[in-house]
Amino acid sequence: MLELHHVLMVSVAMLGIGTIGMLVRRNAIVMFMSVELVLNAGNLNFIAFSRFLPDPVGQVFSVFVIVIAAAEVAVGLAIVLALYRNRDTVMVDEAARMKW
Amino acid sequence: MELLVFSILAGLALAGAIGVILARNPVYSALGLLLGLSAVAGLFVVLWAEFIAVVQLMVYAGGVLVLFLFVIMLVDLEQRGLDTDAGRIGPQPSPGWRVAAAMLGILFTVFVGALLLQEPAREVPGAGALDAVLRGGGGGGALGNLEHVGQLLYTSYLVPFELASVLLLVAMIGAVVLAHRER
Amino acid sequence: MQTFLEAFLVPAIQAVVVVLLMLLAVAYITLLERKVIAFMQVRIGPNRVGPRGLLQPIADVVKLLLKEDIVPAKADRFVFWLAPILVTMTAIAALAVIPWAGTDATLHVLGYEIRPVITDVNVGIIYVLSISSIGVFGIVLGGWASHSKYPLLGGLRSAAQMISYEVPLGLAIIGALMIAETASTVKIVEWQARHTWLFWLQPVGVLLFYIAGVAENNRAPFDLPEAESELVAGFHTEYSGMKFAFFFLGEYISMIVVSALVVTIYFGGWLPITFGLGYLVPAIPAALSGAWGGPGVHLAFGVFWFALKTFLVLYVYLWLRATFPRYRYDQLMEVGWKFMIPVSLAWILFTGVALLAFDALAA
Repeated sequence: MLELHHVLMVSVAMLGIGTIGMLVRRNAIVMFMSVELVLNAGNLNFIAFSRFLPDPVGQVFSVFVIVIAAAEVAVGLAIVLALYRNRDTVMVDEAARMKW
Repeated sequence: MELLVFSILAGLALAGAIGVILARNPVYSALGLLLGLSAVAGLFVVLWAEFIAVVQLMVYAGGVLVLFLFVIMLVDLEQRGLDTDAGRIGPQPSPGWRVAAAMLGILFTVFVGALLLQEPAREVPGAGALDAVLRGGGGGGALGNLEHVGQLLYTSYLVPFELASVLLLVAMIGAVVLAHRER
Repeated sequence: MQTFLEAFLVPAIQAVVVVLLMLLAVAYITLLERKVIAFMQVRIGPNRVGPRGLLQPIADVVKLLLKEDIVPAKADRFVFWLAPILVTMTAIAALAVIPWAGTDATLHVLGYEIRPVITDVNVGIIYVLSISSIGVFGIVLGGWASHSKYPLLGGLRSAAQMISYEVPLGLAIIGALMIAETASTVKIVEWQARHTWLFWLQPVGVLLFYIAGVAENNRAPFDLPEAESELVAGFHTEYSGMKFAFFFLGEYISMIVVSALVVTIYFGGWLPITFGLGYLVPAIPAALSGAWGGPGVHLAFGVFWFALKTFLVLYVYLWLRATFPRYRYDQLMEVGWKFMIPVSLAWILFTGVALLAFDALAA
């Protein structure tokens, strides 16, 4: 039988992997992908509770999470492109100085 | 049997996630993310949220990931995206910083996991209760996931829905402005 | 509840049958395309291999299988191998929700129930849209993996075109989904059985959907990114042999999927060609769809009507290729963003208002 804690374990594992990815990688784009993993873990949590509580509101909220994630990626990647054009690098710690 | 399908999909999702953070080449990270996101969409289907699953595939796998790939290609034309510590500009970090960062991440995960996986304060009802909720909400006939989410989005959650569309508009304008190049 | 075997084995066998039939169909569509375009250009197409050229696809397949599989020296081998698979896999996955016949064509074999649609999800049409979004991935990867300028540019252009036309593709169907109040492929055809063909109620919608579908498939007149004389050959320049055949296969199966979807949503799917007037004299469509026989007869008739209608829509694909000149890339994007999206949004508004008005009148 599929239980709530099975799904929660998977979601926590994804959260952990995403967090580690954000801390360990230097490439801004890969850091963004790790953020997407964390958001997906949150979504999985919402859907799991929506299934097991049960309460359909969880699914409504995960729609909003997906929308916000898409908006955030659009703006964030535009920022990464602007960073690349100005500093010629996407490594976040090479763009560490405020003045050129 | 549900547990078997769930375990396979969960394994694929975590494999994809690990692929994202371990791959040297950002294109391989994007492929790992594709695997992870598609497996999570499959997990949504197992958890009776098929509409959210197709929305996830359409928006995440089909939109966000393609955007990632475009940016990787625009930025990575000489395959410089490899994430090593050799040849970096600027101050050198202390050796083993990655291990320390990974351990911090694991600590955080364990903390969140301990909070989340405590014993629930009340009994978690089984499948029959969800059927009751679904059938009770619409007067005649069981509602599918699509209809139910749609009804909620357009009645109780209309204001957040409209605000989300304004947010998307603002994000679109912002992305265009930020990425625009004066010629 | 279904047993494990029933839940997995029956759809698996159905999927294998459908895929094999599609492969055969694609092979002969390539011959049909050459013959039809030749006819429109007042010449004969291939007619040397076999009687009237009917064995030409076999010759083509053998040639592609035996060709040397060249991989460019600096190409990324794994992604080079993966890209055609992604494109074809997503094209085939969309076949899972297409209804080939009605629910009264359900066969009962050995205690298993075999329905004429592989899976009937509640969100079938949105599923097809989402799967086609993933197909863009394969094209971008194919262009990138070749590690060469022209394929990369061709791949990026092709992908930008496809994602631009996904928006009107989705928006165009919303009118039809509003009227039928369902997103399931089977239920939309059942709605059309009870009422009339959605084509009469959504003429602008079907046109928008079809044009966006043609653009989505990178077919003429929107095939600048991959035409033979433009940018060398776009993203599949460096591909040869079976990998190229896979790209080709993916494109043609996509064509079949879009045609099947147009037929399902707007032209009544497996229902007989009564032009949506079947509700006037119910005996005629009932007789034409085999109501006098068992489920086997229903299946035969349903598949026949569905195949006929899909073939006619496919013919329009070939017709467009023979007739229209190619769009330049900026014209293409302009049509997508500045014409089709506003028109489809206006059409959704119009459909919504019309629905409200009719409900108010009927009440």
